Amino acid sequence: MTMNNLSIRELIEKYPFVASYFEDNKLDINGFEDYTFEEYLNHFSGEEIENWAIDKERLKEDLEAFIVQMKEFLGIKDEVGIQSLTIVSGHDKSKNPEGFREFTINKSEIVSIVGPTGSGKSRLLADIEWTAQNDTPTGRTILIDGKKPDMKWRYSSNNKLVAQLSQNMNFVMDLTVREFLELHAQSRLVEDVEATIDKIIIAANNLAGEKFDIETPVTSLSGGQSRALMIADTAILSSSPIVLIDEIENAGIDRKKALDLLVSEDKIVLMATHDPTLALIADKRIVIKNGGIDKIIETNEEEKAILTDLERMDLFIQGMRSKLRSGERLGGKR
Amino acid sequence: MNIVIFSGPPSSGKTSIILKTIDTLKQRNINIGVVKFDCLYTDDDVLYEKAGIPVKKGLSGALCPDHFFASNIEEVVQWGLKLGLDLLITESAGLCNRCSPYIKQIKGVCVIDNLSGINTPKKIGPMLKSADIVVITKGDIVSQAEREVFASKVSSVNPRAVTMNINGLTGQGAYELSTLLIDKEKDIDSVQGMELRFPMPAAMCSYCLGETRIGEAFQMGNVRKMDLGDDHE
Repeated sequence: MTMNNLSIRELIEKYPFVASYFEDNKLDINGFEDYTFEEYLNHFSGEEIENWAIDKERLKEDLEAFIVQMKEFLGIKDEVGIQSLTIVSGHDKSKNPEGFREFTINKSEIVSIVGPTGSGKSRLLADIEWTAQNDTPTGRTILIDGKKPDMKWRYSSNNKLVAQLSQNMNFVMDLTVREFLELHAQSRLVEDVEATIDKIIIAANNLAGEKFDIETPVTSLSGGQSRALMIADTAILSSSPIVLIDEIENAGIDRKKALDLLVSEDKIVLMATHDPTLALIADKRIVIKNGGIDKIIETNEEEKAILTDLERMDLFIQGMRSKLRSGERLGGKR
Repeated sequence: MNIVIFSGPPSSGKTSIILKTIDTLKQRNINIGVVKFDCLYTDDDVLYEKAGIPVKKGLSGALCPDHFFASNIEEVVQWGLKLGLDLLITESAGLCNRCSPYIKQIKGVCVIDNLSGINTPKKIGPMLKSADIVVITKGDIVSQAEREVFASKVSSVNPRAVTMNINGLTGQGAYELSTLLIDKEKDIDSVQGMELRFPMPAAMCSYCLGETRIGEAFQMGNVRKMDLGDDHE
């Protein structure tokens, strides 16, 4: 491969992302910019190689693999993204065929998933994530844009098909909101980091009941603020075209706006929920029973009318909540 | 018989992942046994027994656990053959982050978790860097952003590995892992003469041999001093 003749300086000029390869592999290239990577590796003494567990051959091969992978990742970013996801039916735990034949979800569509715990929601998600080809316990097949999907969705660490948002998720890093978003943006190879961060902050504050500052540590955000930031960040920065949501608690966040945001960023949204407001916002819902999809229900006019009532009730409760927060007495017409 | 070597930092979820994976393999009538390596204590063998899986444990005690692994693996393989296993899994905790028990020609799986901190992929040596499959656990409790950042750090230290997110509680992803473990062409009946993927760290100083006294006079053999500089004026 041509990289063998390039100096480290030339490598970094050509592929700026290799800087993180050197950094993450603890290779201090300062002062060695005019060496080729091989010459640089050869400068280590036998003792250094042993002490720091340096594997020269592996590092060389890995650098090549890393460059190929990152180029591919940048290429995917430039593509239009996926247009649709199709589930071709398999069978339930008792080997009975599922209650549908083929089900397609287009980008910017929201589909909810309902069914008791243990009924097979995780399995459905795993089938999608793994782009099952009649090779999982359900016998389902997943098509992307109507075709058999590229195997990269299975094996690559940077190109995952599904992003997940669930109730139990927390921020664990000791960083401020700004540092956190910078880190995420860098890992996604975003060019204009500042503009992307601004966009996420505005979107997150638009969702959160209580606004937050960009210098707040992520671990100090309230539940609602955390969820708002996670959703805005997933919508804008995550490269995964499908987002799976496992319930969104109805507190401190405008859920309707959150879903609108995901949809406006061209995501396909699947939402496991037993909250009637959320379930009815979706145009269709998948009913899971005994490990299989029992049926797919389209939200009808009557249900849409109920949704209007539910949304009014949600609004009423949210109004009470913000009055409480600002120290007012609760009152007004009922 | 196929062999798969699992390793990973303590409490990263190795046992949960192996148990969930075995569940799906058993449904395909595959005969599995596990050998658990640890240092001072483990009760994971009880978990495997409960799941009805033949299990042996090896405690290295005063010896370096990875050296102990290398000295016992052939006997472990013979045990597995005697039981007529289709798949033998060994599980060991990477205790000093410098070692790795992987053997060339034998599939190596590293299990690490999202909670262990963003610099962990940088801290772990050959155990992560030379694995064929990297399993990342505990993704259900951190944000999507942290999962993506963590995965990108893993891929920059080991770009050629298959990286998978598996939930050790629900087993989501375990079936998929199970499909990558068995490979008829990798059947072996001995590991005699095979090579470790990376040499284990050198030791052999007086403390290896039981010395307890502190001080220059008692330090012999392979001894290295920290560079503390001379900025202490």
